[in-house]
Amino acid sequence: MLYIDPHIHMVSRTTDDYEALVASGVKAIIEPAFWQGQPRTQIGSYQDYFASLVGWERFRAAQFGIRHYCTMGLNSKEANNEALAEQVMDLLPLFLTKEGVVAVGEIGYDDQTPTEDKFFRLQLELAKEVDLPVLIHTPHRNKKQGTYRSMDVIEEHGIPPHMVVIDHNNEETYREVLDRGYWCAFTIYPGTKMGNERMVDILKVAGPERVIVDSSADWGKSDVLAVPKTAKLAAERGVPREHIELVCYKNALKAYSQSGQFTESDWLNPPAIDQRNLFEGNSVLRGGQSPQIDSANEANIIR
Amino acid sequence: MTESAGPLTALIRSWIVSRVDSAALAWVDDRTRAVKSGDKKLLFIAFGLVPRKVGKADLALTESEREAAESVRSGWNPSQWSLDQLVRTYFVLNFPVQDVDAYVKTLDLMFSTGEVGELVALYQVLPLLPNPSAHVLRAAEGIRNNIKAVFCAVAQNNPFPSEQFSDDQWNQLILKCLFIGVSLRSVVGVDERANAPLMSMLVDFAHERRAAHRPIPAELWRCVGPYADDRALDDLRITLTSNSPAGQQAAALALSVSPHPLAKSILAAAPDLAAAINAGEFSWRTVAAAEQAL
Ligand SMILES: [Zn+2]
Repeated sequence: MLYIDPHIHMVSRTTDDYEALVASGVKAIIEPAFWQGQPRTQIGSYQDYFASLVGWERFRAAQFGIRHYCTMGLNSKEANNEALAEQVMDLLPLFLTKEGVVAVGEIGYDDQTPTEDKFFRLQLELAKEVDLPVLIHTPHRNKKQGTYRSMDVIEEHGIPPHMVVIDHNNEETYREVLDRGYWCAFTIYPGTKMGNERMVDILKVAGPERVIVDSSADWGKSDVLAVPKTAKLAAERGVPREHIELVCYKNALKAYSQSGQFTESDWLNPPAIDQRNLFEGNSVLRGGQSPQIDSANEANIIR
Repeated sequence: MTESAGPLTALIRSWIVSRVDSAALAWVDDRTRAVKSGDKKLLFIAFGLVPRKVGKADLALTESEREAAESVRSGWNPSQWSLDQLVRTYFVLNFPVQDVDAYVKTLDLMFSTGEVGELVALYQVLPLLPNPSAHVLRAAEGIRNNIKAVFCAVAQNNPFPSEQFSDDQWNQLILKCLFIGVSLRSVVGVDERANAPLMSMLVDFAHERRAAHRPIPAELWRCVGPYADDRALDDLRITLTSNSPAGQQAAALALSVSPHPLAKSILAAAPDLAAAINAGEFSWRTVAAAEQAL
């Protein structure tokens, strides 16, 4: 089965992770612009970070045979630095129209401060202007209320739910998100967000429609293989194959293809120029770079 | 739309006209008028939107189009370009240059925020810009870029480096090509810009590779031959009798152009290779092809 991980922060990950993704059948990934752990204090840090999402990281992923996309936005946590946030708002239009930028995101609330609210709304307006989907990060604390409030504000700004992915849902939030017509994403992240056994239980009740599974793997203790692992667990526990395909591949494809920047042929049959620029010919793509499996007696040898 | 600009933009527009549909052409012409206003925001947006408006098909220039390229800008060979790269070039060339510093600043912002495809297009534009000396540092920066396609946009089929680079900058270009496995075949000016310090760096590099039990790229000897000293000749002698056919041919070619008094006698030890060179049976092109096939 082919997989898409539509939420993963590869700038924080290693080449081993890329090899593991390839070996597990992940074909395309989306890297939302987010907080990098260390707060940024200069606009130049944002500019170089955004540039790396469409430049170096895109290239790095392609070297492993993975097609890399991103979303651009000012995250809610750092939106609280108002003076800097204003400058980021000036920078965003430059990046939002670039190739392979599939949404405005991840945006939304963290502590739900008035400043967060201001920049959330400004970015919703920006999304309308550039006609891109929106990826919503829902808060860890006061989650249910923050999730509902996010949807209220989105509706206030007249953005239709089919253009919005609400992420980091749990048992308490997903019903309302689905009932209101949004794409409903679940982050399989050990400890803090969701485990995949809980995910499988939800799938059995909620069904696959508009449900999306991702890893949000980043600089914390997280699992880059969350999507393929969840798919396997779901299969073992009797979820129909078509349902697994929807939540681990097709739904993300459909949601983000609304950007006009996310097409299956990009990774199944890329244009010649992309093969030259990204994949250096198509040999990498043919079945992906063969994962390094060290034989027992050579395990300690590095050439 | 009447094109009043120079022969270069007129030529590029004629290629665009024969490759896009009328809706895309209308968009290109409309955005060209906008770009000509000198408003950099309009340039940035038009530049970014190009692939979704005109697609990314290979240009596939005809023979006469390639000749036209060469005649309008000597050394310019866009035969590997795609349509989006051509239109992006067209927009950049239509952006007015009033103040050179301000112009470079505008380009700097495009470079520092560019995605992979944009970066390749931008580096390819350098040899077509006025005020070439204003763009030397930018081109040298491209040589330091670790995205191979971006590096190649400067290093291959691009006359800018051989015309503008200092010896130090040039030598880094050649060394990096050999380091990351980019063939010298498409590097413009590779023979003309050979120099003694480069020869010495390349021989050091060959020794490093040999010590690490890694293969030595055969094309390396191309920039060694014309300036080979005693130390280099020892390496050429070893390579001439190595078990790599590409290496043997490369050593023979290098020796055949070396002015060193001992070069001829070393080559004489391999009469078959010497005769084959005289008969034109192999060249740096075939050496490169043999290595690429490995
Ligand atoms: Zn995230």
